[in-house]
Order: sequence, then structure tokens, then C-alpha cells
Amino acid sequence: MVSAGERVVLGVEGLSVGTARTPLLHDVSFSIERGERVGLIGESGSGKSLTALAVMGLLPEGLSATGDVRLSGRSPARRNLLGVGEREMARLRGDSMSMVFQEPMTALNPTMRVGDQVAEVMLLHRTQPSRAAVRRRVVELLERVDLPDPANLARSYPHELSGGQRQRVVLAIALANDPALLICDEPTTALDVTVQATVLDLVVRGVQERDAAMLFITHDLGVVATVCERVLVMYGGRIVEAGPVREVFTDPRHRYTQGLVAASDLTGAEGRREHAALPTIPGSVPPAGAFPDGCVFRSRCTHATEVCATLPPWTPRGEHPAGAAAYGYSCFHPAGGRGEGDD
Amino acid sequence: MTDAAVELRRVSREFRRRRTSLLTPAPVVHAVRDVTATIARGERFGIVGESGSGKSTLLRLVCGLDRPTAGEVVVDGRPVHDQPPRRLGWLRERLQLVFQDPMSSLDPRMRVRDIVAEPLVAQGRHAGKRERVAELLERVGLSADAADRYPHQFSGGQRQRISVARALAPGPDILVADEPVSALDVSVRAQVLNLIDEVVDGFDLTLIFVSHDLSVVRHVCDRVAVMQRGEFVEVAPTEQLFSAPEHPYTRSLLAAVPDLQQALAGRSAQDLAAGVDTEG
Ligand SMILES: Nc1ncnc2c1ncn2[C@@H]1O[C@H](COP(=O)(O)OP(=O)(O)OP(=O)(O)O)[C@@H](O)[C@H]1O
Ligand SMILES: Nc1ncnc2c1ncn2[C@@H]1O[C@H](COP(=O)(O)OP(=O)(O)OP(=O)(O)O)[C@@H](O)[C@H]1O
Ligand code: SF4
Ligand SMILES: [Mg+2]
Ligand SMILES: [Mg+2]
Repeated sequence: MVSAGERVVLGVEGLSVGTARTPLLHDVSFSIERGERVGLIGESGSGKSLTALAVMGLLPEGLSATGDVRLSGRSPARRNLLGVGEREMARLRGDSMSMVFQEPMTALNPTMRVGDQVAEVMLLHRTQPSRAAVRRRVVELLERVDLPDPANLARSYPHELSGGQRQRVVLAIALANDPALLICDEPTTALDVTVQATVLDLVVRGVQERDAAMLFITHDLGVVATVCERVLVMYGGRIVEAGPVREVFTDPRHRYTQGLVAASDLTGAEGRREHAALPTIPGSVPPAGAFPDGCVFRSRCTHATEVCATLPPWTPRGEHPAGAAAYGYSCFHPAGGRGEGDD
Repeated sequence: MTDAAVELRRVSREFRRRRTSLLTPAPVVHAVRDVTATIARGERFGIVGESGSGKSTLLRLVCGLDRPTAGEVVVDGRPVHDQPPRRLGWLRERLQLVFQDPMSSLDPRMRVRDIVAEPLVAQGRHAGKRERVAELLERVGLSADAADRYPHQFSGGQRQRISVARALAPGPDILVADEPVSALDVSVRAQVLNLIDEVVDGFDLTLIFVSHDLSVVRHVCDRVAVMQRGEFVEVAPTEQLFSAPEHPYTRSLLAAVPDLQQALAGRSAQDLAAGVDTEG
């Protein structure tokens, strides 16, 4: 039998990221088990990409991270990735963990045939026994992401492909070495809705086939609910709520989640156009460094009281195999939950 | 005056791409093909379609910013399609535009008061400008002191409020919006959609609203045109279009939208993909 701990692929504890002057992420903790698909949502500037980049060891110059990040890929998680150095991180990226970004061109080399780019990641990490095996695998991978005539398409350059086709190539590269962890940062935001549907399907199939763990970043609640089982809600560089998608979206506790869900839903009862007005969240997301202390949401929260000037503790909401951080919220006056909240 | 705010009669716009070889003719892009529609006064007319389907090109024709290669564009009973820009002064009073990206459509060196007054100044209407600007800013939910500030001092949603104030300045009766909420966060999107709703109601405007987001169009519009490769493939009252789509392309678009409620009811990514016609 596999114990809970052994199933954890990614464990993040107390991750903080910032510039010398401005803290950007605060005390971020979560873990993802094998085969689990976890969404990370929040509005622009909430810290989603920084979380992903910190895990991948790809933080831009000038930002530093503290805390503990462990990955159990081909070997068990003995070391904190924040301390292993760039050489070791380069060995892990594209192998035990890989990432798909919003804009496929940032991940592709414009002067190199796409087939060679898929081959490169396998040659680099020596995951195939021979060059012939690599060539066969390239065609197979391109075929698995539903690209037409893969043997031929492998010889194209990125600019000869459509946006959706490029993103499929990027996905093929990300999956080439059967990573234990796949991170997707808004992989379909730049795509048309019909293309998005097929790419989402491929992403889910790709991780399911490998029993991989996935962290999926988006600000589209419909997309998370479609793709993920569990969700982390981020605002102001903190995870303010977490839990199974259904519970968090139908019965949110944190006032930010509540506002976000209400404002997003254009087709539900309150979103119908005969209705007076859509529910909104007052104000807008502050720039980095301008979030209030205590509860990060307090400058926009209509339920805020004096106590909200102190940091709300994490309140676990129920048992979850991935631990207390997987299901709970940090709010002094939570919504929902019959009786406990104030409405 | 007629009951039609805008009439499109067999409107087409072709672009000639640069020749890639001396032997073949320059390729032609049919950005808008043979579009016919009548938009009634007071109607909220939506246009949805994927990237490159011709939505923005069509709006430019309606606004007289570009001329069709065939067909007629008639606004308030007057032709727009065959007029040079200098003869379209009247159109600027009747019809105003709001764009997707408020940052690039607002001049960063101008104060908000001058931005909002710009359409008035363009028409030589200087009298009562200051009062009008104050009134408009209040109408869109900005404080009066916003007038003295510059666009970069505002958030995305506030900048979109400034765009709406500017569009309302000349007292138009038609508001044309090209993806006005696509660059905004969800919480702010709701604020701007409410604002558009308020001003369209409050000033009895005709609204032409373009978006690639079907749920936004559904929320805003009375009637929707679905655009594909330059053509209107289906035009129907909103609820009818969403409950009983007729054209296969409309069905495929609707099937692909990840909806929160449906996802919670078990609709997977595989289900979304299954509804999509795979040819593109
Ligand atoms: N290199 C950097 N130096 C300083 N601040 C930064 C840097 N990178 C990001 N930030 C700031 O950190 C905050 C979080 O950024 P992040 O990119 O993680 O947001 P996000 O949630 O991914 O947003 P989006 O939805 O827009 O992609 C933002 O306020 C951003 O401006
Ligand atoms: N000035 C131009 N010259 C050449 N081709 C053009 C020009 N303007 C638009 N096109 C082409 O016309 C087609 C329609 O473009 P348009 O911008 O109207 O699409 P759209 O529906 O607004 O797309 P999006 O959702 O991406 O804004 C595209 O193929 C585009 O490349
Ligand atoms: S802790 Fe206070 S300010 Fe924060 S979300 Fe809850 S009620 Fe609002
Ligand atoms: Mg991001
Ligand atoms: Mg456009």
C-alpha cells in the first residue's frame, strides 16, 4: 500500500517570494498528489505565475524565494529545491517537471524545426535508448496531441503553425519525458474557445495517462471547474481559500472567493440580463506592495471589521487526504456554512 | 428618420496581402463577406466570433473609419460607405466607439479632462465643456478630481470608465464597443458591464457590442450575430441562439465554452472537445 506521504509529488511549505523591497508571495503552502489536478485561480497580479516560477526555479533576476519546495519525481523528495542550484534545476526541468506557458512562442525556438525541438528535450535528458527511438517517439508524441500528419508536421517551423498547433507542440515537449509534475500557466488564454476545448482535453488526457500531478493556473473559473478536482484561490500573494472545486465554487467561505464567483457567473440566476445588475467587488486589485496588512482583501471587503487588520488564521474546513492546507480558508467573517457566517 | 439605427447591405471588405511571388497574384483576404443586417433603434446587438473572423473590420466600416469594397453601410438613414472622412462629421455626433484596450486608446500625455472633452473639441463645441466633463465623470462613477489626472494613474477598469465617458461626451445615440471588457479582471468586468448597461438604458442608446466571449454577449445583448470567416452565419434573438442554435458553427462554439455550472454537473474537457467540429 502507498501511504499518503508517498503519493505527494509536489510539496510547498511557507513559500515567500519578493524583491529586496517588496514582498510578493507570502507563506504559500500546498501539496499535490500523484494523479491530482489542482487549479490556481485569482485575478491579475495575485501571484499565480510567481508561484509556478518559484517551483520551477525560473524566478526572474531580482526576485528571491524562501521556504520549502519538494518534488518527488524519479527520485524521492529529499532536498529543498530552493537550495539545490541552477544546474540541478535544469536537470529536473523538462524531465521530472515541466511547464506550459500562455504564449507558446516563448517556449519555442523560431529558427528550429518543431520535431527537432521535441527531440531535443529527450536527447538532453537521455530518456530514450537511441536516436532512432527518439525519432519514433517524436512522431508518436505529435500524434498524441492530435496534430495532423505528424511525420510531415515535425519538419515545420513554429511560424508555419497556428496558435493552437504551437500550443500542442509545446504540450508534446512538456510531456515527452513523462514528468511527474506538469504546471500549466494559462495555456489556453490566448486561444479561441474551440481550440481551447481541444487543448484542455489533450492536457487532461496527457496527465491522466501518466498519473502525473498537475498545477493549472487560470483566471477562468469555468476552465478550472472543467479541468481540476481541487482549487487554490490566491489574492495579494496569499492562498486565501482551498478545497474541492464543487465546495469552493458553490459554497465559498472567503469573502474574496465569494465575490469572485458571484462576479464571474454571467449565466447563473444573478447573471441573467433581465436582472438589475451583476454582483461586483468594489475597487480593483492593488499593485504589488500596496495590499493592506492583516487580511489582504480588507481594502475591498464589505464585511471587514477591526479584527481583519490582523492576519486571519487558516481555518480547516474538513478532512482532506492532501492535508489541512488542501481544504480551508483564512477569513474572520466567512460566508456560507449555515449559522457560522453572517449571511 | 427610420427605425433602423444601422443598416448593412451586402457589405464586403477585401484586403490584398503583399505578393509572395511574382508568378502568383497577391492573395486576397475576405475579411467581411456579404454581410446584411438591420440593427433597430434601441437594440443591443451583439457580434461574436473567433479571432480573425472579421468583427473589428466590420465595426470600422460601421464607424466610417474604413470603406467597404462592396455594399452599403447606412447609419440613421444616411450613407457612410461612400463618404470621405471630412464628410462624416455628423457621424461622430451620432456614433461613438469604446475599444478593448483602454491603455492604448487613451493618449498618455493628455489629462482626463481633455481626453473626455476631445470629441466635443473636435466638433468645435467649447461652451460648457468643463461642466459637461464633470457631469460625465460622475455619470461613469469617477470622482471629479479624476479630471486633473493622467490615464496611467488609473486602473484598467477606471480607464475603461474614462473611455465610456469620452464616448458619451457628444451625446451619441449609438454606442459601438469592440471587446470592451476582454482585458479586464473578472471583478472589474462586472463593474464595466453594469456601467454599459446603465448608460445604454439611461441614454436610450443603440448598442453594437463585439466580443469573442459568448457568455458576455449573452449577458449584454438582445440579438446576436455569429461571425465566421467574414460572414454572419447565424443571427437570432439571444435566448433563441443559446437554447436552439441552428448553424453547426454556432453549435460548435456553444459546445466549447467551459461553463462553471455545467462543469460542476460533470461536463469534462473531453465533453467540450467532443462538441467541436475539428477542421480549423
Ligand atoms: N520581476 C518582478 N519584479 C517586481 N515585481 C514583480 C515581478 N514579477 C512580478 N511582480 C509582481 O508580482 C505580482 C504577482 O505577479 P504574477 O505574475 O505572479 O501575477 P499573476 O497572478 O500571474 O497575474 P496574471 O493573471 O496577470 O498573469 C504582481 O503585482 C507583479 O507586478
Ligand atoms: N488592414 C488589413 N490588411 C490586411 N488584412 C487585414 C487588415 N485588417 C484585417 N485584416 C484581416 O482581416 C481578417 C479579419 O480581421 P479582424 O481584425 O476584423 O478580426 P477580428 O474578428 O476582430 O479578430 P480578433 O478577435 O482577433 O480581434 C483577418 O484575417 C485579418 O488578418
Ligand atoms: S478576514 Fe475580514 S476583510 Fe478578510 S475577507 Fe474575511 S471579512 Fe473580509
Ligand atoms: Mg500570470
Ligand atoms: Mg478584433
